[in-house]
Amino acid sequence: MSIANPNPMPLLNVERLSKSYGSHHVLKGIDMSVAAGDVTCIVGPSGSGKSTLLRCLNYLEVPDSGAIFLQGEPVGMRWRGEKLYRMSFNELSVQRQKMGMVFQGFNLFPHKTALENVIEAPVIVKGIGKAQAAEEGMALLDKVGLKERAHYYPRQLSGGQQQRVAIARSLAMQPTLMLFDEPTSALDPELVGEVLSVMRQLAEEGMTMVVVTHEMSFARDVADHLIFMDGGVIVEAGAPNDVLSRPQHARTQSFLARVL
Amino acid sequence: MTDHTPQPQRPDIHAVTPVPVRHPSRWIGGAILLVLAAMFIHLLATNDNLKWSVVWQYMFDKEILAGLGRTLLLTCLAMIGGLAIGIVLAIMRLSHNPVFQTVSWAWIWFFRGVPPLVQLIFWYNLALLIPVLSIGIPFGPQFWSANMNDLITPFSAALLGLSFTESAYAAEMIRAGIQAVSGGQTEAAATLGMSKSQTLRRIVLPQALRIIIPPIGNDTISMLKFTSLVSVLALPDLLYSAQMIYARTYQTIPLLIVATIWYLLMSTILTLIEHYIEHRLSDGKPISISRIVASLFKSRFWTSRRAEASL
Repeated sequence: MSIANPNPMPLLNVERLSKSYGSHHVLKGIDMSVAAGDVTCIVGPSGSGKSTLLRCLNYLEVPDSGAIFLQGEPVGMRWRGEKLYRMSFNELSVQRQKMGMVFQGFNLFPHKTALENVIEAPVIVKGIGKAQAAEEGMALLDKVGLKERAHYYPRQLSGGQQQRVAIARSLAMQPTLMLFDEPTSALDPELVGEVLSVMRQLAEEGMTMVVVTHEMSFARDVADHLIFMDGGVIVEAGAPNDVLSRPQHARTQSFLARVL
Repeated sequence: MTDHTPQPQRPDIHAVTPVPVRHPSRWIGGAILLVLAAMFIHLLATNDNLKWSVVWQYMFDKEILAGLGRTLLLTCLAMIGGLAIGIVLAIMRLSHNPVFQTVSWAWIWFFRGVPPLVQLIFWYNLALLIPVLSIGIPFGPQFWSANMNDLITPFSAALLGLSFTESAYAAEMIRAGIQAVSGGQTEAAATLGMSKSQTLRRIVLPQALRIIIPPIGNDTISMLKFTSLVSVLALPDLLYSAQMIYARTYQTIPLLIVATIWYLLMSTILTLIEHYIEHRLSDGKPISISRIVASLFKSRFWTSRRAEASL
């Protein structure tokens, strides 16, 4: 998967990102970058700040300090002359369209069918015609193997099926980057595989992905880059095989000893 | 300690059916209620003071029907006014602006705490407090003004009192409905690039409505009954029309029965409509009249008003 990137500018760049809730420092100065087409997996014990980091990337959580750049543009902030302004919610929504997000709890719209979930944003936000959106939506549902379930409501679908619809829903906005926040953690063990295989397929197609996960075998097989976080800092990062097989830090070693 | 008395000869346990548990209390209670019900029906049928012929005579009397019309109009307008103010109050309550939050809280606190009857009388006497109503720049020049006595009729006083009371309850129900939609829904909409108003219109409100509509329906039924309070303002609604007739004819009981029958009929129709809507909202199941009628007996309509409003 690792193709040498001729473009020196990474798709996503995170610089000195910090976030705290009250006196609790969740993120203590995170630096990372993601090249276009790469899959980055973030692993670490619970409470290490990995989900907060992911939610800061599309400003679902507003970081206290630091900056995020998507294709060189600052996220959530904008220059006007020499002054830096925070973006309003609706300005942010334009940037968020470029970053699809898949949640641990699926968060499908329960009052809409699978297909309606997928075409909602293209129709409402992008103003694409319903017929065209439905055609593209069916193609996406076919891609995640749920064409036959297009007219089912979320409550009529299993957890794995719901998560696959959620992936299709994000893809419908044609994002340049996909964020996955523990996408298989709420699933019964036998349903994890179907979601991971859709994610593998996406990675093979060259989608840029940042995945917070506990699935170590997925990280080893699919990721180009593995980040181990603990206590709000990146402890160790590198090629997945190096980090998983030859961890340098004691904290990484003890975490891997517990999960592998 | 062992029992040495010989065991009686018993049949095989698998070959016999056990005698079911008896419920004598159910039979005794049922019998007492049946007797009381029979006495009540006997009273209705034989008591001469009821004068059923007078009841039927006034059932479709012009005055009574005009009063019924006013009752329905007042119910309808008070609900519309109450819901409109309630939506604004709910959004104010959920906003991040502390001034909005506090004003909304104070409004709800006041109008939930003051009995509607006190309010009706208060609004009716508003001219004593503010003799002239004028529109203009605050503490500055005035563009338009009118005598409060001309503005406050029994009808407008009743409308103010009833819709302000309703607005306080509606605001709490709408707020609860919006808050019941999980935060994950707005997050999912945000990551898809939807704006705040798109999220509210397309994602939050459709889900909140399913929660809000049943208690709003209940409140409409309650409002129908609450409108009878306006008789203190001499507004000829259904009750006051009946009162005016019996003031002339002294047929007090028959005319109260006329009003009672109309109130019962209207609230039953409203209950049926409410259950129809509620049924349509729940999971999109097919509508069947028998299920709606069956659900009537489990209705919150029969329980006390406002119990569900304080969600």
